[in-house]
Amino acid sequence: MQPGVVFAQDYQYMCSEAGQNIIKDAIKTHGLTGVVVCSCSPRMHEATFRKAAAQAGLNPFMVEIANIREHCSWIHKDKEEGTEKACVLMRAAVAKVTLNAPLKAGESKVVKRALVIGGGIAGIQTALDIADAGFPVDIVEKNATIGGRMAQLDKTFPTLDCSSCILTPKMVEAKANENIRLITYAEVEEVSGFVGSFKAKIRKKARFVKEDVCTGCGVCMSKCPSKKGLNEFNMGLNNRSAIYIPFAQAIPNVAVIDKEQCIKLKTGKCGLCQKVCTAGAIDYTQQDEFIEEEYGAIVMATGFRPIDASKFDEYSYSTCKDVVTSLELERIMNAAGPTGGVLLRPSDGKHPHSIVFIQCVGSRDVSGRGKPYCSKICCMYTAKHAMLIRDKYPDVEVHVFYIDVRTPGKNFDEFYRRAAEQYDVDYIKGQVGKVYEENGQLVVRGVDLISNEQIVLNADMVVLATAIEPDPTARKVANMLTASIDTNDFITEAHPKLRPVESPTAGIFLSGVCQGPKDIPETVSQAGAAASKVIGLLAKDKLTTNPCVAHSDELLCNGCSCCEKVCPYSAISYETKLINDHGVKETRRVAMVNEALCQGCGACTVVCPSGAMDLKGFSNKQIMAEVDAICL
Amino acid sequence: MSVNADWKPRIVAFCCNWCSYAGADLAGSSRLAYPADVKIIREPCSCRVNPMFILKAFERGADGVILCGCHPGDCHYSTGNYYTRRRMALLFSMLDYIGVERGRTRVEWVSAAEGAKFSRVMNDFVAQIRELGENVKVGDLRCKE
Amino acid sequence: MQMSEKDVAALVKEISGSDVKKCMKCGKCSATCPAYGEMRFHPHQFVAMVARGRVEELLKDPTVTRCLSCFACVERCPRGVEPANVVAAIRVLAEREQEGNNFSPADVPKLLSQDPEIPQQALVSAFRKYRK
Repeated sequence: MQPGVVFAQDYQYMCSEAGQNIIKDAIKTHGLTGVVVCSCSPRMHEATFRKAAAQAGLNPFMVEIANIREHCSWIHKDKEEGTEKACVLMRAAVAKVTLNAPLKAGESKVVKRALVIGGGIAGIQTALDIADAGFPVDIVEKNATIGGRMAQLDKTFPTLDCSSCILTPKMVEAKANENIRLITYAEVEEVSGFVGSFKAKIRKKARFVKEDVCTGCGVCMSKCPSKKGLNEFNMGLNNRSAIYIPFAQAIPNVAVIDKEQCIKLKTGKCGLCQKVCTAGAIDYTQQDEFIEEEYGAIVMATGFRPIDASKFDEYSYSTCKDVVTSLELERIMNAAGPTGGVLLRPSDGKHPHSIVFIQCVGSRDVSGRGKPYCSKICCMYTAKHAMLIRDKYPDVEVHVFYIDVRTPGKNFDEFYRRAAEQYDVDYIKGQVGKVYEENGQLVVRGVDLISNEQIVLNADMVVLATAIEPDPTARKVANMLTASIDTNDFITEAHPKLRPVESPTAGIFLSGVCQGPKDIPETVSQAGAAASKVIGLLAKDKLTTNPCVAHSDELLCNGCSCCEKVCPYSAISYETKLINDHGVKETRRVAMVNEALCQGCGACTVVCPSGAMDLKGFSNKQIMAEVDAICL
Repeated sequence: MSVNADWKPRIVAFCCNWCSYAGADLAGSSRLAYPADVKIIREPCSCRVNPMFILKAFERGADGVILCGCHPGDCHYSTGNYYTRRRMALLFSMLDYIGVERGRTRVEWVSAAEGAKFSRVMNDFVAQIRELGENVKVGDLRCKE
Repeated sequence: MQMSEKDVAALVKEISGSDVKKCMKCGKCSATCPAYGEMRFHPHQFVAMVARGRVEELLKDPTVTRCLSCFACVERCPRGVEPANVVAAIRVLAEREQEGNNFSPADVPKLLSQDPEIPQQALVSAFRKYRK
């Protein structure tokens, strides 16, 4: 028998009820301080055996498993050799268990409130689902209204239903739900803390309009003399007044003053809006306000924007007014848009007779000008645009240059085929090399790879299906939350398949396009998934923390900060404190591990030059003992 | 090299809990054999492997040490295996300098789904160690009988 | 020693330094090519054919010299494939393969008067060649 071993028993089904009882009885009768189970992989039944030990009054972390099935009997044909290896594995486990220390899972509190950053469809849906479960949620939206990109869309594929008709009821619901607080025209400035108890500081930008007083009547907008501001909601295709409500269904339906455009704020003269406002809502002296709040979970729903098409000179986006992006076309087609929903080209307001769509503008592009990924939604929205135009204006010729048409999704390919077959949209396999203006006529030179010929088309309008990229605020927010981010600025998920709505940082969840390109149905389902994860977290009263965490010996720590730098969870901080080093009292700077944040990877233990940092459950001594036992 | 006919290589494999250990489990449940000379030690992450452990193994007479972790970019702790990669590049070249041939040490990325790869890597590594023979350079004689 | 067609294709890849496997077959190179109508094979075909190891036809085609080397295809390619470099590599190999003079110095003035649209590049390389 190995030194330290006082009792050994062979049983065929150790994980069965009877097997577990053998362990419990042995612990009680022999007063065991440690148990080694030679069995299947610890990934299978470690938890089972630890629970059994706990029931018998032994600390569950005093149980170790020697994996003699997956790592031994199942792969070694030679019985003698296998048995010999099984003995070695047992010896290593015994050597380890004698050095095990009883561990206790820590506890941390859960603040029962969630923060959703971003008020687009992803954020709204997540907030609604969390609120429905009875937890309070704050939505922080950087713009003056919630709604996001979806509010700008005219119709949605593949059903062609009106985007705002399905979105605005959700916006109203978010406003009406008493568990949801909308913090619009605001940005998160600072986040500290960890899963269960984050602290956030939110800057609420000055709107110069009292949110609780404004009735949204819109008189100020009509009287405002400064009308040069570009209308962001219409992608800058027309102008708006300096005091404005972003769009008719905006929530909150409250005006905001653009301080770059407002004559009163710039020169001190004017003040017309204040005079006409019967509610007395205008306040030119308003300052930014700060809101500080604690949250148990944070959801990122920062969304996307189309990339800047002017980087692609060959499409003449910045020089020809009639070359527009798809999102601009979306506004042109919308009844609330700059043309009142009539298809008119921007340069002269005439009806176009020939429209060329160019797909993959900046998508799947590794030249440095675009994005290496497929933006996923462009094939479908281009088919939608082509179909809507052909439906409303059968006199308009529509050509679509494509590389591949990607339509995976329920009823998606049928939708695309309808555009080609029923609506006679001319799909051309190939790309466009150049768009230029010749004698006031837009000319498109492209290639048809199927017939292997270069083709030159006259067009009245060209529509670019520009790639989408994460909203530029995503990187800042991710850094604040220590959520990891990939090379394209999409937020990394904890596991690409099995944990797609969680960030590797505990307590941070992902909703919508900030995680990767998505269409609306996918965004909504992911938003719901993120909400269910948040609810699961907030439903707990306490979080038990993994006890196998790093621990710093303050007597050995030399305060070098090496561990702090390698920690992927920012779990290590430094504290200056009075240390009693064998009777010598000294104030030193020492590392402290936040056990709620530490996930127990052990990166810090290896970089520690003084050997102060160790990992509970996988301590240096334990692993050394295992190495010793194996190399005996 | 070795004259000892009974010699069997002693190989220590450090496997991270999330990918490679699970990969080894999969190799087991798929019955993909590899030599019994390989003994696996479970670690939370490949970055938990202190160079001291490897030195200790060689001192105790190990003939080869292999580290397995998640593929770069797939680390459960997001960045652990990058530290491993850099640390081991340095350690292995230092070991080579003091006489532990480069072939006795290795870092491999094996995911939880790559049972076949785990088995292939172990077969290959053991064959390589067999070719190199017994490790005599840094083994502390006091550790042997 | 006679090289196989596959080896020649490998040589084309090496000379051009272009990774033809990166091509996603969007055709932007051909869409942008100003000499498209004058060449029997078009930039995207050069890339596709070299990728498949089919270079013999390309080497025999006299219209390869019609490529203007304007590099519009290289500039616009979203995948960094550099079709113009592939065309140039084919041209270099075609010249090497013929091992003789394509035309004698005496022919140059006559060619010039016959075909005012003779590519600049052909003239420049002729000057280089007959300088010595």
